[in-house]
Amino acid sequence: MWKTVLRRILIMIPQLIILSILVFFLAKMMPGDPFSGQINPNTDPKQIEALKRAAGLYDPVPVQYARWVGNLFKGDLGTSYIQHVPVTSLIADRAVNTFWLSLFSTVISYSIAIPMGISAGRHQDEWQDQAVQIFNYITLAVPPFVFYILGIWLFGFTLGWFPISGSISPNASGFWGTLGSEIYHIILPGTLVALITTTSVVQYLRTGIVDNKVEDYVRTAHSKGVPEKVVFNKHILRNSLLPIASSFGTVITGLLSGSMIVESVFSYPGMGKLFLDSIGQRDYTTLTALILIFGFLTLLGNLLSDIIMSIVDPRIRIK
Amino acid sequence: MTENKKGTLTKKAKKEKVSSPTSGFRVIVREVVKDKIALTAFILIVLILLLTFGGSLFLNADKVSETNIIDAYYSWGTAGHFLGTDDGGRDIVNLLIMGSRNSILIGLGVTVICESVGLLVGLISGYYGGYIDAVIMRIVDFIQVLPAMPIEIVLVSVIPHYTPLNLVLIISFFGWTSTARYFRAFVLSQRERDYVLASKTSGSSDLKIMFREVLPNITSMVIIDVVLMIAGNIGIETTLEYIGYGLPPTIPSLGTLIGFANDPVNVVSRPWLWLPATILLLVISLSINYVGRALSRAGDARQREN
Repeated sequence: MWKTVLRRILIMIPQLIILSILVFFLAKMMPGDPFSGQINPNTDPKQIEALKRAAGLYDPVPVQYARWVGNLFKGDLGTSYIQHVPVTSLIADRAVNTFWLSLFSTVISYSIAIPMGISAGRHQDEWQDQAVQIFNYITLAVPPFVFYILGIWLFGFTLGWFPISGSISPNASGFWGTLGSEIYHIILPGTLVALITTTSVVQYLRTGIVDNKVEDYVRTAHSKGVPEKVVFNKHILRNSLLPIASSFGTVITGLLSGSMIVESVFSYPGMGKLFLDSIGQRDYTTLTALILIFGFLTLLGNLLSDIIMSIVDPRIRIK
Repeated sequence: MTENKKGTLTKKAKKEKVSSPTSGFRVIVREVVKDKIALTAFILIVLILLLTFGGSLFLNADKVSETNIIDAYYSWGTAGHFLGTDDGGRDIVNLLIMGSRNSILIGLGVTVICESVGLLVGLISGYYGGYIDAVIMRIVDFIQVLPAMPIEIVLVSVIPHYTPLNLVLIISFFGWTSTARYFRAFVLSQRERDYVLASKTSGSSDLKIMFREVLPNITSMVIIDVVLMIAGNIGIETTLEYIGYGLPPTIPSLGTLIGFANDPVNVVSRPWLWLPATILLLVISLSINYVGRALSRAGDARQREN
């Protein structure tokens, strides 16, 4: 077991290195440097040149890369060209919001998907199954942002049930007031994201149940006279729930990549919104840092997926 | 996918096979025509294509995107504008026609590139296996873990002299991997089949086996993948466009129209700007996907015959 985990982590190292090189060159491609925000008509161009030289912007590319990676290990992602604050603190503020939004959607997503998958698998080809299939087809076919727009239009603007932007109301006070306001702002975007991310979990669960139903061990249980309910809950369901554990990592990565769209529609101040704001302001240090973080978290999500898979399914370990 | 339905499809297909041996493609077409919803979806797609591509022939691209602020924000049905006008006084119907044509064209372009590259890589990787396969699959793995959308957005905003072709290439760079993986898995399963082994024994070249023997066996899968991919790519294009990083700003797209919903004022009081485009995108995605799924059901039915 530990061997698999270790090997999987070792595979991740070259991926991380290539990712960092790629992000570094992407950053080099972007125009601007740390001093472009500080230039005014009175500054002497020669002085800027000297500053740039001192900051090592004319060093050979490998040297620059090494220094950049060295800074990464020190937790220094650079200083924002626009806001003139360390990128890490800029991102940390927003990451908290994205974390809560993702947590909320994950919880809701699983609590919708599991009953849906079970009822679709149990009542295969009956109306429950067909309803679930139609739902899946729609959420899979239509680009998510269409649902967000229709959702915010209907529930935010027309019915006025939920706030249409931000993560907290400006006049919320006290612990419970703040918490309540934060949850109130998360409900609509979080639920919409959750509804859209159910697909993979539902499909895993449904296929698992349908496939397990005809397995030999189920027939054995039936012929032993085990009651129908026990066969389903203890034998079929338990085996079918395993694979959805592995979908956890993918769900997390999906949420991260989707965060940009949902945060943009709901003007929710998370990492995705920060990314879009930074690109609007051409704040390239923040952009670079965010791409690196998105990439790293995606790698981590995949790692998590594989590790969970190897825990729940021993067959993978042997291979 | 309903298991029972698959069963009956197989039976039907078998019956027909007795009377006349039909090509795989014809079986698929017949299955789609039988499915009433799929047929409706297909007719819808044809109608949309006729309207957008046919309509765009009568429109002058420069004229459509010409701004005239005096006519801005006409509501639907006023001043001879059936769906009103946008902030630059442009007619929404015209923008819808040009916009969906552009979005569909980008979707098609990306699909052509992704399918060709993905198919080629999948064939090579699956057919040769071993070392070549391992190397290719590591590359595919790596591209798949990259955060696609952020990188796409950055590239769109930093490339100088940005053109629609750039957008197609940028989206394609991330898109071909899933196709390659999909076909690789299938080619891998064909590799040890008798017909491949027989062909090898009789001295056919690898290229001939790949393109003349394995490829025809997966044509129905290619068709299905192409259809689903077109829908997916239109989705990616409109999403990028919606957040403001798609086609160059002078070229209309479905996403730009939907992007009007970014402004709360438009959402509340000017729904004609974004609602028609949103509904059109909804209809396009749902119909293409439905046809794709009907095709893949039919493909499964055919697969069982073999």
